[in-house]
Amino acid sequence: MSEATPSEPPPEAGLPRFTGIFYERVGGALVPLAATVLAFLIGGLVVLITGHNPVTAYRAIFNGTGFNWLFPWVTGDERRIAAKDLQETLRVTTPLILTALAVAFAFRAGLFNIGGQGQYWVGFMTALFVGTHLAGLPRPLHVLLGLAAGIFGGMVWGGIAGFLRATSGAHEVITTIMLNWVAIFGGQYLYELGGPLQGSNASLPRSDVIDASAKLWVWWGTFPGLHVGIFIAIAALVVYTLILNRTTLGFGLRAVGFNPDAAAYSGIPVRRSYFLALAIAGGFAGIAGAIDVLGFKYAVDTSDFGSGIAFTGIAVALLGRNKPVGIFFAALLFAGLQVGTSSRNLDPAIFPPELASDLSTMIQALVIFFVAADVLIIYIWRLRRHLKLRQPLKEEPARP
Amino acid sequence: MSSAPTVLELKAITKRFPGVVANDSVDFDLRRGEVHALLGENGAGKSTLMNVLYGLYQPDEGEIRVKGKPVAIRSPKDAIDLGIGMVHQHFMLIPVMTVAENIVLATEPKKAGVLLDYDAAVKRAEDIARTFNFSINPRARVQNIGVGQQQRVEILKALYRGAEILILDEPTAVLTPQETRELFGILRSLTNEGMSVIFITHKLNEVLEIADRITVLRRGKLIDTVSGKGATQETLARSMVGREVLLRVEKTPAQPGEKVLEVRDLKVLDDRELEAVKGVSFDVRAGEIVAIAGVDGNGQSELVDALTGLRKPVEGKVIVSGTDVTGQGARASFDAGEGHIPEDRQRRGLVLDFTLAENIALHDYRNAPESKLGWLFPRRLTDRAKTLLKEFDVRGGGPQTHADALSGGNQQKVVIAREVGRDPNALVAAQPTRGLDIGAIEFVHKRLVTERDEGRAILLVSLELDEILSLSDRILVIYEGRIVGEYGPDATDEELGIAMTGGAAKEAA
Repeated sequence: MSEATPSEPPPEAGLPRFTGIFYERVGGALVPLAATVLAFLIGGLVVLITGHNPVTAYRAIFNGTGFNWLFPWVTGDERRIAAKDLQETLRVTTPLILTALAVAFAFRAGLFNIGGQGQYWVGFMTALFVGTHLAGLPRPLHVLLGLAAGIFGGMVWGGIAGFLRATSGAHEVITTIMLNWVAIFGGQYLYELGGPLQGSNASLPRSDVIDASAKLWVWWGTFPGLHVGIFIAIAALVVYTLILNRTTLGFGLRAVGFNPDAAAYSGIPVRRSYFLALAIAGGFAGIAGAIDVLGFKYAVDTSDFGSGIAFTGIAVALLGRNKPVGIFFAALLFAGLQVGTSSRNLDPAIFPPELASDLSTMIQALVIFFVAADVLIIYIWRLRRHLKLRQPLKEEPARP
Repeated sequence: MSSAPTVLELKAITKRFPGVVANDSVDFDLRRGEVHALLGENGAGKSTLMNVLYGLYQPDEGEIRVKGKPVAIRSPKDAIDLGIGMVHQHFMLIPVMTVAENIVLATEPKKAGVLLDYDAAVKRAEDIARTFNFSINPRARVQNIGVGQQQRVEILKALYRGAEILILDEPTAVLTPQETRELFGILRSLTNEGMSVIFITHKLNEVLEIADRITVLRRGKLIDTVSGKGATQETLARSMVGREVLLRVEKTPAQPGEKVLEVRDLKVLDDRELEAVKGVSFDVRAGEIVAIAGVDGNGQSELVDALTGLRKPVEGKVIVSGTDVTGQGARASFDAGEGHIPEDRQRRGLVLDFTLAENIALHDYRNAPESKLGWLFPRRLTDRAKTLLKEFDVRGGGPQTHADALSGGNQQKVVIAREVGRDPNALVAAQPTRGLDIGAIEFVHKRLVTERDEGRAILLVSLELDEILSLSDRILVIYEGRIVGEYGPDATDEELGIAMTGGAAKEAA
C-alpha cells in the first residue's frame, strides 16, 4: 500500500533537493555512462560464452570504428584504413545526431516524435527531387536549395502530425508512426518500376543520380569520404540549444512541455506550440535525409526504404538525455557500434562478423534497457553508497 | 485520560538527511484513547517522524516502544503488524475498484483459491464499517465517491488491517468544513473505542478542537507537549513559528476608488458543459478587497477561469480598467492589467521544472526588456527575478533555483511576486493561502492588504471563512453559481455559513 511513498519523501527532509542536484550533476551523465559500461560488460560475457576473447573482440570492434586513427602511434596502412573507417563512422553519426534532435526537440515540448523515419524519408526525397531537377545551378545555391527542401519536407511531415494533435487531439505517437509508413510506401511507389519518379534506367526501381552541383563537399578522404554534413549536424546541436534556451519560442515550448496547464494559464498557445514543436522536429529529421542523399547516397533505390536510421535516433536521444553534448556522444557510440561490427571492418579471425552485428544490436538494446531502467542504476549506486555508510552502524540500537 | 496506558513511545529519535537534521532527538508518546496532535510548520519534521514510525525511514538514533516493548520497524508491513495504520495525505486507493475491494486488498477473500469472493469482501467491509459506525457504500467505485468518503475508506482500510494506532497526515487539507466536522466525529468515536490517533496538521483551530494533547515541532526539534485544554491559538502559534504571529490582519477601512473589474451577467459552463456560473454581476473598485465566499464547487473555479480568460463565458462581459476582455484569452487579461494568483500553484501557477527567473518571466518573456524580436535575454530575466525575490522575501533559492526545490510558502511568494510585480490594476487571488503554514499565510495576508492600499482592486476567492472575514471589505456569497448575498466586513460566521449553504437563497425565494 505505501511502497510508493518513499519515492516522494517530505520536502522537509531536504532529500529531493539533494537527489535533484545529484541527479542533475552526477546522475545526468552517470546513468547513461553506467548503462553503457554495464551493456558492454554483459556483451563481453556473451562473447565469452561463444568461446571468444571479449578483450580482443572489443579491440577489433574499436579498431573497426576508426577511432584508433586518433592515436598517433597508428601509422602506415593501418592509419589509412583507420581514416576510412572513421570517415564512415562520422558519416553515420551525422543523421543519428539529427534524427535524435527530431526526437529531443519534440520531447522538450512534451511530445513523442516517433515519426523521425518518415520525416527523414520525406526530407530525403524532397532533397533528391531538387538535386535531380535543377541542373545548371551554381553549386552552393543548388546545395542550399537541396538542404532547404529537405528541411521543408521534414517540417511538412512533422507538421501534419502536429496539426492533427493541435486540432483534433490525435495522439502524435499514433499519427507519426502511421506517417512513417505513408512515407515509406509512398517512396517505394514513387521510384518503383513505372513509378512517377523512377529514373531514366527503365529496368531499375531507382531514382536518377543527383547533379554534381547538388553534391555536398567531401572534405576528408576520397568518395564516399566525409562530407560537410557532420558540421551541419554539429551546427544543428547549437541551433537546438539556442532555440530552446535563447528564444521566446523555445521558452514557450519548454513551458508547454513541462506543464501545459501552467502554460495555458499564462496564455501561451499550447496547441500552436504542439504544431510548431513537431514541425521543427520534423525539420531536423528532414535535413538528416537531405544530407544523406546529397552527401553520399546521391540516389535512392526502393530497397533502401527498409533502413531504420531514425529509430536508432530515438535511442540516441534517450541515451543522450536530450542534451546536445549527450546526443553527440551517444550518436558517436551508436554509429561506432554499427560501423565497427560491419563485416567489412571486422577481422573474421578475431570475431565472426555475423555474430558481431548481433553483438552490436544486443549492446544497443542493453544500453537502452538500462537507460530506461535508470531507477535500477540509481538503486545500484545507492546500494553501494548505502553499504559503505552502513557498515560501522551494523548494530542498530533499535534492535532489542 | 491521563491515567490511560501509554501505547506508543518514541524516544530521542534522530533522523538526518544530507545537510539537514530532520528530527533532532525528538520524544513523543501516545496514550490509549487519545488524539495527540503533531503540530508544526512545513519542514518542521512532522512527516519525517511519522515516516520513521511507519517504517518508511530508519532512525539514525533513538528507540521506538509499542506497548512498552522496544521494536524495530523496518517496513510499513512491520508497522501494520504492530497495529499502526497510516492515512496519507494523498490517498493510496485504486480508483477503478470498489470500496470493498480497496478495503480487503492484499488479504481478499478467495473463491476456489484464485477468484475474488466479492460478496464476502462486501460483507467484510460492511462488518468493519458497522463496528466503527461508518456510513459507506461498499459497492461504490472509489473514483465516484467524494474526497471525504475516500478518506473514510482509507481509515477503514487501516482498521481492517487491525490498526489500533492511526496516523493521519494532514487529513483536513482536502476536506470542506463540513467534511472536517464529520471526520472529527469519526475520530471521537474511534478514540471512545480505545483507538489512539496521531493527527498531523498545521491548522491551529483544528488542533484546539480535536486534540487531547499537542506536541509542537520546530525545525526538527521538540518544542513542547501541552494539554489541549489550556492551549490557545496565540501560544501555539508562538511555539510553532518561534516568534509572535499576527493571527488577525491589521488594516484600515477601505478607500474604494473607481471601478476596475466589472462583471456583468456572466454565465459560464463547466467541463461537463453544465452551467456552473448562472448570471453573476459585480464590481471591484480600486483599493478594496472583495471576497467571494462559498462552499467548494459552487462555481468559483469556473468564475475565476472566466474572469482571467481561461474559459470563454457563454454570456456576459468581463471588463478590466475599461477594456472588454471577455473570452479574449489569458494574455488579453494580463495585458489589460489583471493579475491572477491561481488556486493551484503547482498545477497552474508555476512550471516546477523552470527556474525561478523563468517562472517570474512566465507572462512577460515575449516583451521587452526580457526579449526582443523573439530573442531571449536570460540575464535580464535573472536580474528582474533577483529584485522581485528580494522584495517578496523568497527564501530557499535564487533566480537559478528550480521552483520545485522551494517550500509551498516560498513557491506562493514567487507566484505573488510575479503577479504583483507586473503592477496590475486588478488582482484575482484564488485561494491564495491554500496549504500554506502560518508564517506564510501571515505574509500573503499582509501583502494583499498592502496591495489594496496601493490602490489595486482585489478579488479574493477563498474557502476559508476566517481568511475572508479578516481580509475583506465586502463579501459576496456564491451558491450554486449565483451571488446570493452581499455582506460587510463585520458579517458573522453564522450569517455567511447559512448563506453559503443556500439558506439566504431559500429566504429570498
